Amino acid sequence: MHGESVGLNRIESIFAGLRAEGKTALMPFVVGGHPRPGMLGDLLAGLERGGASIVEVGIPFSDPIADGPVISAAMDEALRAGCGPTAVFEEVRAARGRVSLGLVAMVSVSVVHRLGGAKGFCERAAGAGFDGLIVPDAPLEASGDLRAAAAAAGLTLSLLVSPSTPPDRAAAIAQASTGFVYLLARAGITGERSDAPEISGPAGVLRAASDLPIACGFGISRAEHVAAVTGEADAAIVGSAMVRRLGEAASAGRDAPAEGEAMARELAGGLRSGPRTDAKSSGVGGVRDEPARSASIAEDATPPLSSEDGSAGERVSTDG
Amino acid sequence: MSTLEPATDPDLIPRRLSEAPDEQGRYGEYGGVYVPETLVHALQELEETYYKAREDQNFRDELSRLFREFVGRPTPFHEARRLSGHARSISRSNTAASIWLKREDLAHTGAHKINNTLGQALLAKKMGKRRIIAETGAGQHGVASATAAAHLGLKCDVYMGAEDVRRQHLNVVRMRMLGASVISVEAGSRTLKDATNEAMRDWMGSVDDTHYIIGSVVGPHPFPMIVRDFQSVMGKEIKAQSIRHIGKLPDAVVACVGGGSNAAGAFFPFVDEKGVRLVGVEAGGLNSSPGNHAAPLTHGSPGVLHGSLSYVLQTEDGQTENVHSCSAGLDYPGVGPEHAYWKDTGRVEYAAVTDDDALDAFELLAQLEGIIPALETAHAVAQAVRLAATLPEEQSVVINVSGRGDKDVQEAARLIGLRDEREGEAERKAGSDLRAKPKKRKKRRRT
Repeated sequence: MHGESVGLNRIESIFAGLRAEGKTALMPFVVGGHPRPGMLGDLLAGLERGGASIVEVGIPFSDPIADGPVISAAMDEALRAGCGPTAVFEEVRAARGRVSLGLVAMVSVSVVHRLGGAKGFCERAAGAGFDGLIVPDAPLEASGDLRAAAAAAGLTLSLLVSPSTPPDRAAAIAQASTGFVYLLARAGITGERSDAPEISGPAGVLRAASDLPIACGFGISRAEHVAAVTGEADAAIVGSAMVRRLGEAASAGRDAPAEGEAMARELAGGLRSGPRTDAKSSGVGGVRDEPARSASIAEDATPPLSSEDGSAGERVSTDG
Repeated sequence: MSTLEPATDPDLIPRRLSEAPDEQGRYGEYGGVYVPETLVHALQELEETYYKAREDQNFRDELSRLFREFVGRPTPFHEARRLSGHARSISRSNTAASIWLKREDLAHTGAHKINNTLGQALLAKKMGKRRIIAETGAGQHGVASATAAAHLGLKCDVYMGAEDVRRQHLNVVRMRMLGASVISVEAGSRTLKDATNEAMRDWMGSVDDTHYIIGSVVGPHPFPMIVRDFQSVMGKEIKAQSIRHIGKLPDAVVACVGGGSNAAGAFFPFVDEKGVRLVGVEAGGLNSSPGNHAAPLTHGSPGVLHGSLSYVLQTEDGQTENVHSCSAGLDYPGVGPEHAYWKDTGRVEYAAVTDDDALDAFELLAQLEGIIPALETAHAVAQAVRLAATLPEEQSVVINVSGRGDKDVQEAARLIGLRDEREGEAERKAGSDLRAKPKKRKKRRRT
């Protein structure tokens, strides 16, 4: 399914290049229009200098059920500042020439549906300069139109695998994805947990099913988390922690793009550079991985109800 | 649109409407499952559990027993003689259909919501989940969830928009008395949709031990189907009680529509009975301008919200539109996917009633029948009276009185005060103070 209508897509080239050098990717997430409208170009340039290979840009939506409180609050702020999807497309168009990193739109299926449907939206996104799409609330069964439209527009489409996804289904999701498959590092609570996620079970299932690079996100906020996930995966996604840092910088009157750059540099320090720790077991069937997978689910079971503070005990699915 | 003409192409002939949804959870093109992967497994588990429970005689017996002993079902059904008389008095032909009331306000906790929460709480227990969460607008679903949780020994957390916490304080107190925690949601418009977002987010992180009791026929499949089925006890009773008391099926059934659970439950047993008119009544709010109402079927367009495709109030830039209604329970920009299907197939007529007309109907039912309805229900009362006034007297119109209005008396008194002030002002300006008699005004109104 890769690159059906065009040559190698930018996301695919980036991963191919990194793999050839035995390297992994940092994929920060930012919300379009946040912390301030008009800032996206500077932010992207800073993140690139800091060591990001690909940036996910969240398209603001009023009711993002797939995002946690930090990201949904950032989207709300962007919308209140007058920055909706159309304005974000304009910022991406203006920024595209300044950076060579890959740009992936993270967008609710609601917005896709409203802005021209799968075909219309993909054409607009590609036209603005995006290289790929993540639509977190379009699961495998609801992704048919999107897959076709993304391929036709030359965009990758990355579907999500959660720790609760059964192995057969995870394999089908990997096979339906292009560019990379998005592995959620945890099912439960992110935020202040200090432990690094353990993803060898689901990562093994995905490796067995597909060659596609694995990008892992969710609750990753420090260099040691990046190191832990890129021990198995090809990329680490950092969402809430980045968005929170940018928001705090802007509201304190500091230089948000510079802080984004510094944070990216710090996180990039954790990237694996060299062969995977699990390389020897790659290609082994999913059965082996079942016990590990179950164990990681059990750890995430019965999450305590959190404090009022949105940062602690935050329940999210795709915040990264 | 209003009749289902047989189509010539067999592929275009809709299946019996009561056969929806299909295996993909679709009602025509509407419905479906638009959720993060984290929830897919939980929804599949829920669907399987529900299909098994539906066929399980023990489960059905247990639910029937709870309905009978704990809820007080069947709820009463009777004629509203003075309200029918009022409909006659405003009718051009001086005749009107008789109006009948299905008294869900007399169900335990004061609204139909308990039918669904008991059913889903039993499902939660079957799935081995010890905690339930719910979203609530008017607070009725929250109270019904807290009640079911207390009765069946489950922990309960209820998400409620901060604006609704203010408007519906009595229900907040009731939920806390029942042992539930009420979590005030400050995000977005601080109403029902924001409470729903937060409940879904909670569920994504807590799905292993928690069941989300969604309060209406909205959300991803299988929720719209499950809620409709549990609520259909109302429509089944209306059918049986109509035959017993009127001697035939009613000519029309009228219910208010926010998310649409009381309407879905009242209508569903009738959807294949083409002789019965079904009328859903949305919140017309202040007027038809965007942001001033909560009537997606009347003014909206298809879109995805909270996990399914249905009619939604939304902007050109893909955002959910702000909504307004005097009634917290109708103050929602979306509607259940089955209503979208019923609208497009023409099986159900949908109308919108303004805040002012609902407020008039609120007083009307209180003063003519001795029943203070929920402000939500008052929307249905207003439309039913209008409809009855256009029909011959041998016909009958049933209002599904979805809930009682105790929770609304303070808000209604405030709104009536504002209205009377506004009208007094207008009349003073027109120099016609002398004929100001608000009570008469309603009875003289023609539609």
